[in-house]
Amino acid sequence: METVLTTHFADEQYRHVDTYLRFGGYAALRKALSMPKEQIVEEVKKANLRGRGGAGFPAGVKWGFLPKDLSRPRVLVINADEGEPGTFKDRQIMARAPHLLLEGIAISSYAMTIHVSYIYIRGEFVREAKIVEEAVAEAYAKGFLGKNLLGSGFDLDVTVHRGAGAYICGEETSLINSLEGKRGWPRIKPPFPASVGAFGLPTIVNNVETIADVPWIVTHGGEKFASLGVEKNGGTRLIGVSGPVNRPGVYELSAGVLLREVIYTHAGGLKDGKALKAVIPGGSSTPVLRPDEIDVTFDIESMGKIGTMPGSGGVIVIAEGTCMVRALSVLMKFYAHESCGQCTPCREGTGWLAKIMGRIENGQGREGDLELVLDVCDNMMGRTICPLADAAVMPAQSFIWKFREEFDRHIQDQKCPFGNKF
Amino acid sequence: MSAAFSDTARRELEAILSRYPDKEAAILPALHLAQREFGYVSDEAIVYVAGLLGFTPARIEGVATFYTMYNRKPVGKYHLQICRNISCSLMGAEHLIEHVSKKLGIRPGKTTPDGKFTLSEVECLGSCGTAPVLQLNDDYHENLTEEKIDALLDRLP
Repeated sequence: METVLTTHFADEQYRHVDTYLRFGGYAALRKALSMPKEQIVEEVKKANLRGRGGAGFPAGVKWGFLPKDLSRPRVLVINADEGEPGTFKDRQIMARAPHLLLEGIAISSYAMTIHVSYIYIRGEFVREAKIVEEAVAEAYAKGFLGKNLLGSGFDLDVTVHRGAGAYICGEETSLINSLEGKRGWPRIKPPFPASVGAFGLPTIVNNVETIADVPWIVTHGGEKFASLGVEKNGGTRLIGVSGPVNRPGVYELSAGVLLREVIYTHAGGLKDGKALKAVIPGGSSTPVLRPDEIDVTFDIESMGKIGTMPGSGGVIVIAEGTCMVRALSVLMKFYAHESCGQCTPCREGTGWLAKIMGRIENGQGREGDLELVLDVCDNMMGRTICPLADAAVMPAQSFIWKFREEFDRHIQDQKCPFGNKF
Repeated sequence: MSAAFSDTARRELEAILSRYPDKEAAILPALHLAQREFGYVSDEAIVYVAGLLGFTPARIEGVATFYTMYNRKPVGKYHLQICRNISCSLMGAEHLIEHVSKKLGIRPGKTTPDGKFTLSEVECLGSCGTAPVLQLNDDYHENLTEEKIDALLDRLP
């Protein structure tokens, strides 16, 4: 299978510019700088490149939201906040192929007439931030960043900006506020970042992987990239598999790969021959699937038809013998912790979900608790400035709907039949 | 002891300021520098950063308290941050946290009396494929077992 991103991931020197160049690096940038900007955007549209951060918004369409008027400078912000539980792919790109990201930034910035870019890296990725900063210095030294890129007359400054621990800062407007030096509160949309973004300027926020795909698209064309995937979801994507599987890790696969194949072929199936009990396909905020639902392709439309999403590509495998109530309780604690507190339905709702789920898991569930949880979910979903509330609701609803019997038993028996442990 | 950046840190802050259109955007980087310089984000550190950048201490404290990585209280020499989120929990993180807690004699959120270790439960560290994972100060330690954690802790000076 043709790989777009991971071809040289195993080479420890690939993070250095000399090795990156030897493998053909920055040739795409050279080509892009001689193309009309509109043509680059057109190729990205033809590629059917859907955002790889979780929302899956078509990148080429997002780029088109920038105002035509160039009087105000624009900003490209790279979302390297990778905080969605189960997701660990952007870390690989930054640690192993930082120049691929930088080349993508340079090409994308040129295409959108952007002269300033910030890479917002979650604070915990200390090592990755250092590696990217070193790559930025190397790129400046070689003229791939800075003034007059490769003699084209195009200037671009790139700065690494570290976060400081907040899942919510993966949401683009929260990220922008954090970049600006504020608490990471999301902003209401509209206005969208393309109109009013970082420092009040038109801003495009894209995920690391989305931008890292751009050099290949320029080299081989959007149609070729699209053909690696399926109709509305082009290209390959980095899919991370975690949980009790034989070969956890990140795999570059077609956007249309079968979920069953991801789990059993690539990740080698479950350890100790255990049976599958459940799988979360795209990071913790995506509705859970039962074992009879894994014959679905990983693309956005197909997953959407069965009520879930490929999200950030974080496949979390849950084996037989795992308490689904405990698993949900872990997740509800997470969302309650990470709620920024701005919106009442989320601040109060995530708190309630965590509290009730904790009680149920500890054998203190009450009749009516599940109805209460689902009612709280209804009062959170779609009623907040950002989708964190929805992100908490998706697992809460789907776990209860699909594993209701287990939740009922915890309440009826006033105890966790799995002994309160994983 | 009055808080002040070293010359190195001051130079770093100058360089940082040149990358942004205003001083406000330097607040997060400045707080990282302050934590490095002073060991934690103390009240003095907050007042100092506020003065450096031209904001009220309340403004700076508002930012510092939003983010988990800015420690408003001192932490031990070694800050053990163990992920307790879903993939790590599925792979035994809860047991590891219990193990470390017993070994060090402290509950999560506390520091050993000798100031050597602080134990924290943290959320997803973004390395789920090598779960369970902990972050020791700046560094990730992955694919953890009780034996590996014991070996890690026992050899820390």
